[in-house]
Amino acid sequence: MILTGADIVVNCLKDEGVEYIFGYPGGAALHIYDAIYNQDAVKHILVRHEQGAAHAADGYARATGKPGVVLVTSGPGVTNTVTGLATAHMDSIPMVVITGQVPSGLIGDDAFQEVDTVGVTRPCVKHNFLIKDVNKIAETMKKAFYIASSGRPGPVVVDIPKDITAQKAEYHYPEAVRMRSYQPRTKGHVKMIKKGADLLLAAKRPIIYTGGGAVLADAEESLTKLVDILGYPSTSTLMGLGAIPATNPNFLGMLGMHGTYESNMAMHQCDVMLAVGARFDDRVTGDLSKFSPDARIIHIDIDPSSIGKNVRVEVPIVGDCKSVLEEMVRMLDGRTGEIDRPAIDQWWQSIKKWKSVDSLAYDMSDTVIKPQYVLQKLFEITRGEAYVTSDVGQHQMWAAQYYGFEKPRRWINSGGLGTMGFGLPAAMGVQLAFPDELVVCVTGDASIQMCLQELSTCLQYNLPVKIVNLNNQYMGMVRQWQEFFYDRRYSHSYMDALPDFVKLSESYGHVGLRIEDPKDVEDAIKEAVNMKDRLVFLDVITDPTENVYPMIAAGKGHNEIQLKPSDDILEERELA
Amino acid sequence: MKRVISLLLEHEPGALARVAGLFTARGYNIESLTVAPTEDPSLARMTIVTRGTDAIIEQITKQLNKLVDVVKLRDLTEGRYLGRELMLVKVVANTADQRNDMQRLVDIFRGRVIDVTDSTYTLEMTGNSEKVDAFLEALAQVELIEVVRSGILGIGRGKQTLKA
Repeated sequence: MILTGADIVVNCLKDEGVEYIFGYPGGAALHIYDAIYNQDAVKHILVRHEQGAAHAADGYARATGKPGVVLVTSGPGVTNTVTGLATAHMDSIPMVVITGQVPSGLIGDDAFQEVDTVGVTRPCVKHNFLIKDVNKIAETMKKAFYIASSGRPGPVVVDIPKDITAQKAEYHYPEAVRMRSYQPRTKGHVKMIKKGADLLLAAKRPIIYTGGGAVLADAEESLTKLVDILGYPSTSTLMGLGAIPATNPNFLGMLGMHGTYESNMAMHQCDVMLAVGARFDDRVTGDLSKFSPDARIIHIDIDPSSIGKNVRVEVPIVGDCKSVLEEMVRMLDGRTGEIDRPAIDQWWQSIKKWKSVDSLAYDMSDTVIKPQYVLQKLFEITRGEAYVTSDVGQHQMWAAQYYGFEKPRRWINSGGLGTMGFGLPAAMGVQLAFPDELVVCVTGDASIQMCLQELSTCLQYNLPVKIVNLNNQYMGMVRQWQEFFYDRRYSHSYMDALPDFVKLSESYGHVGLRIEDPKDVEDAIKEAVNMKDRLVFLDVITDPTENVYPMIAAGKGHNEIQLKPSDDILEERELA
Repeated sequence: MKRVISLLLEHEPGALARVAGLFTARGYNIESLTVAPTEDPSLARMTIVTRGTDAIIEQITKQLNKLVDVVKLRDLTEGRYLGRELMLVKVVANTADQRNDMQRLVDIFRGRVIDVTDSTYTLEMTGNSEKVDAFLEALAQVELIEVVRSGILGIGRGKQTLKA
């Protein structure tokens, strides 16, 4: 079948099974847009800004596990997606981003809307391509999908000059591609898995520490099984929440800078640590020189470069978390009698003592709404089953702390890059993927304004996202750091001249509700959730002075956690 | 510690930029880098000389391996290898004495004079980096006009090979 380059691109998407493509047209992409016009297999979602397209595709990918697809034009179309690419890259999210480019003959001439797309995007993608031959489009598209979704996933950019999309070629979409330079290893080394299993059985103070890799690998079943047959305490990074159900009795909550006291203390004092698809990020480890001094570490990761990058690992296991954990469960299943139960019981006693501190407790108020309370009510009303997206800052941490995720792929946030503006467009992608599910965007008055224009996209495609705006009139996390570390000099963190979010939502054709009294929180959330076919913007006026606790300040160790404003650093010896 | 890393990569536009970009983005040091196509025109071979602790070198090799265009990689310093560098030096050679001295030095180091003008000699020297350095030191009294070094090309000894 002889087709134009543009038709080939669209046929590749169709043959790849792509459901939605998020994009914004422009000169260099117009042939491809024309090809989209002439078919209805691949549905195009028109965003209001290219950053929104990237985040929406990212949200779609996080919720479904399938690669998110974006189409933008050259120049500003590309530079506007860069934040979205970097966001996806940091969290290893599979995406294929097709970018129009100026005609081949003009490349390098500083043509209108020209940017060196491959150069600009190179550091924030897994790989990128510039197609110079119409005969290479199909094979390159297949490679892009393969690279994006295999191994450690990530975004892939395919840059196509306009003249190439007009030329014609025979269309054939390859079933598979083989690349001599890219063959990710998925199966873990059996000897290493056995060594890991032996070390786990010998542990007296074990901890299982899981990250986003466990979610990406769909490892939740084998992971939960492992935790259950061992009966060992487990904790999760921000990115891994939901892989082990929050209500699992062995789960201690999130760890790290704003993690629970029991998680961080258990990490600090453990003798054996099993890290599953986690990368020992600085927000998790705190000061590396103080990190888990006694731990012998087993690390499962599909990316060899993650292992041994920040901490020394005794048992490295390169492989897909799911298949490695399945193998490990098989090995451990008949051997649980070897576990040193008295030692483990004693370990649990220590953990229970740390747990009794109730590090997530906060002071309730009758007059001003506490943000933690809003998240608790949201969790209760939705039974931990909603898809929750967030932006970045205090609201993100409160959502992670107080919304107990029972399932993986329900907690969708920018953990690595920390991109404000992510929440709303990501929620659009999730809602399109799951039109009948409840999708909540937990955000703040500063973050929501960064991709606010997407309210218009939500109306066009009838996306009934529920926005919970924790409005404290500040960039809350910036304010918190200025309070703690800059002697309360609140430099440019106050959000003066906020819009009336209710009227704003109404002007975009949505429902807006303002809540100022703690008594109204529960009913307002219920009302919003029950408006199944409308986008509801809940503008919740919250306590502007509230801070996120517990907190481990940057450069501190896990045992130097601060629980309350009045607390000095609570050291483990004071509790013992 | 100095390391010599040899890699085979897809001979594609942009492959060099990916390698160079990785070193700057992650703050690794490059002492020298050479790249050229191989007998298989679809492959390029690169030799990188870098320095770092064992942990940094481990990260460098892992991160390089992660690049989609990198086909194979070996840290030559882990085994026995041969490293050779080519240097071209243009020196002032006006007088007969200068010219005779220069010719003698070049003979001692088994180099060659590859271009002569009425006022200059251009010399070619090949060898391991120590020899090339030593030759430069021996030229201390000579007025140098230009020095061009290729950086190290490395190859494993005997059965240690790097093939796609």
